[in-house]
Amino acid sequence: MTKNESTTHGAVLPDTPAQDEDAPIVELRGAGKSYGNIRALHGVSLTVHPGKVTCVLGDNGAGKSTLIKIISGLHQHTEGDFLVDGRPVRFSTPREALDKGIATVYQDLAVVPLMPVWRNFFLGSEMTKGPWPLRRLDIETMKKTADAELRNMGIVLDDLEQPIGTLSGGQRQCVAIARAVYFGARVLILDEPTAALGVKQSGVVLKYIAAARDKGLGVIFITHNPHHAYMVGDHFSVLRLGTMELNASRDEVSLDELTNHMAGGAELAALKHELAQVRGVDVDELPEETDLTAPVGTSEGTS
Amino acid sequence: MSMTQHAEPAVETPPAPGPKETDGRTARRPLALRLLARPEVGVFLGAAAVYVFFLIAAPPVRDGGSMATVLYQSSTIGIMTLPVALLMIGGEFDLSAGVAVITSALTASMLAYQLTVNVWVGVVAALVVSLAIGFFNGWMVVKTGLPSFLVTLGTFLILQGANLAVTKLVTTNVATDDISNMDGFDQARKVFASSFDIGGVQVKITVFYWLVFAALATWVLLRTKYGNWIFAVGGNKDSARAVGVPVTFTKISLFMLVGLGAWFVGMHQLFTFNTVQSGEGVGIELIYISAAVIGGCLLTGGYGSAIGPVFGAFMFGMVQQGIVYAGWNPDWFKAFLGVMLLGAVLINLWVRQSATRR
Repeated sequence: MTKNESTTHGAVLPDTPAQDEDAPIVELRGAGKSYGNIRALHGVSLTVHPGKVTCVLGDNGAGKSTLIKIISGLHQHTEGDFLVDGRPVRFSTPREALDKGIATVYQDLAVVPLMPVWRNFFLGSEMTKGPWPLRRLDIETMKKTADAELRNMGIVLDDLEQPIGTLSGGQRQCVAIARAVYFGARVLILDEPTAALGVKQSGVVLKYIAAARDKGLGVIFITHNPHHAYMVGDHFSVLRLGTMELNASRDEVSLDELTNHMAGGAELAALKHELAQVRGVDVDELPEETDLTAPVGTSEGTS
Repeated sequence: MSMTQHAEPAVETPPAPGPKETDGRTARRPLALRLLARPEVGVFLGAAAVYVFFLIAAPPVRDGGSMATVLYQSSTIGIMTLPVALLMIGGEFDLSAGVAVITSALTASMLAYQLTVNVWVGVVAALVVSLAIGFFNGWMVVKTGLPSFLVTLGTFLILQGANLAVTKLVTTNVATDDISNMDGFDQARKVFASSFDIGGVQVKITVFYWLVFAALATWVLLRTKYGNWIFAVGGNKDSARAVGVPVTFTKISLFMLVGLGAWFVGMHQLFTFNTVQSGEGVGIELIYISAAVIGGCLLTGGYGSAIGPVFGAFMFGMVQQGIVYAGWNPDWFKAFLGVMLLGAVLINLWVRQSATRR
């Protein structure tokens, strides 16, 4: 339960170019999204660096999904800036985001359940051979590559022909992560990868998040579990009602503070005085407002 | 909570791929079970059973000429069943497939006759119209997100009405005029409706087209990117879109493929009978869909094959002609269809469950 003593990982791979260390791959500056007159997201600033894990936390309806959809190209932002490699972008399809090296692993739509594992692995980026009228799938190479890549990530499967729906939830997530890593993703967006998993399965997924990070990928880890986030995260952003409530790096925030923010702690603390007068509500354990010293997001200043 | 992100050491060089390491939790299923899990095996057994049944019940079936008739009957169903099956694997339905065949034939016939041009002009115009109908269906389904059942039910009614109304308007009759004396007719008939002599038996050209198209569809489905996309958009279109599969293109092109099939069968009918009855085609779409389902295609998409529907269509052709050869009342055909459909669905369900059970 202490602040972490270091923010760097001993595991920077030699193939990660050193000059990229400080330049963010993806950057949001005061970005927001409105659907008609409903403002789903407002004033969100976020950076993703190679070899770092940026955690985005928030309760249901906090705007996490909207944030992912903007970065992955499913939706477009309506305010602020979205930069990739320092240049402003606006994706109209997920394909464009993929071409920039931004891959998303969705919680429930990561794979096509009835298709074999290897077909899922290469779906949308199939390997082919032969000239056009006879151009066909290079099935042998694909199977071999999928097997090698999965083993590389520590996933051993007996039969790549089995429908991916027969794998466990954690295994499916891992296949999706391995796929993104193989296809040269520089930024990996993980949408609540541990939400539907048991304790052990979650551990396995967290291990692959760490493995992807150690390969030099920038990871955006969406979760509402602060414990999972704190195990692998370098930077934490807490969303609340579409704005940023907390935006802090690992050395600026402790797990306790993070948990508090996640639980709506700042609001609860403000209510502490009021709640204290209600019989039956135990407020002793609630933190005082002044205890929450972590820096808050820019949105607080603008609103 | 002392466990932080340093739990994992730096990524080591991956272990050299040594002798096959296995998970060990999943034993490889026996060959028989793996075979049974294939979508086309159940229908193959069913087709064989129906064939043997009529071989015994209707002695004329044993003759080569009758077999050629059965195959011809199967091929006219089978050629349309193929694109309908691919569309079903892609997660959609086309209720307009039956009347679209007639629309295509009417277009070619009336356009060529009224303008007194070479029939090939009509053939090309019919192709354009058929593809346009397919495009319209696909575009409506993709852009509105409505179930294809509703969209194509609309198209079905529109085409059914328009077929009759336009034909009456143009020819003052419910059938089109005979085009057998027109330029290019003989040539077109050779392409779409000729016969071959094989060992003294006349076999219609559609049988060959049917088998060639089936082989082509199988190859596309299992060995090309496009085939992979068909399974993906039918299995889970959101996942498919998220990993970069062109969902809109795949779905619209599948509907257009049904249009292509309708054009082909429509041309066959036109050049076989020289004239087209504008009220036909209603109800045939259900035969195509049933043949695809009996052929092992999942109604909800994402699963199936092109070979299964070949056997499905053969089963239908066999029953339709077999009843005639057995000397029974042909009205029983539809009743047989219903029984076969239910039976096939139940067998498929049972086979798939027992084959995928571990």
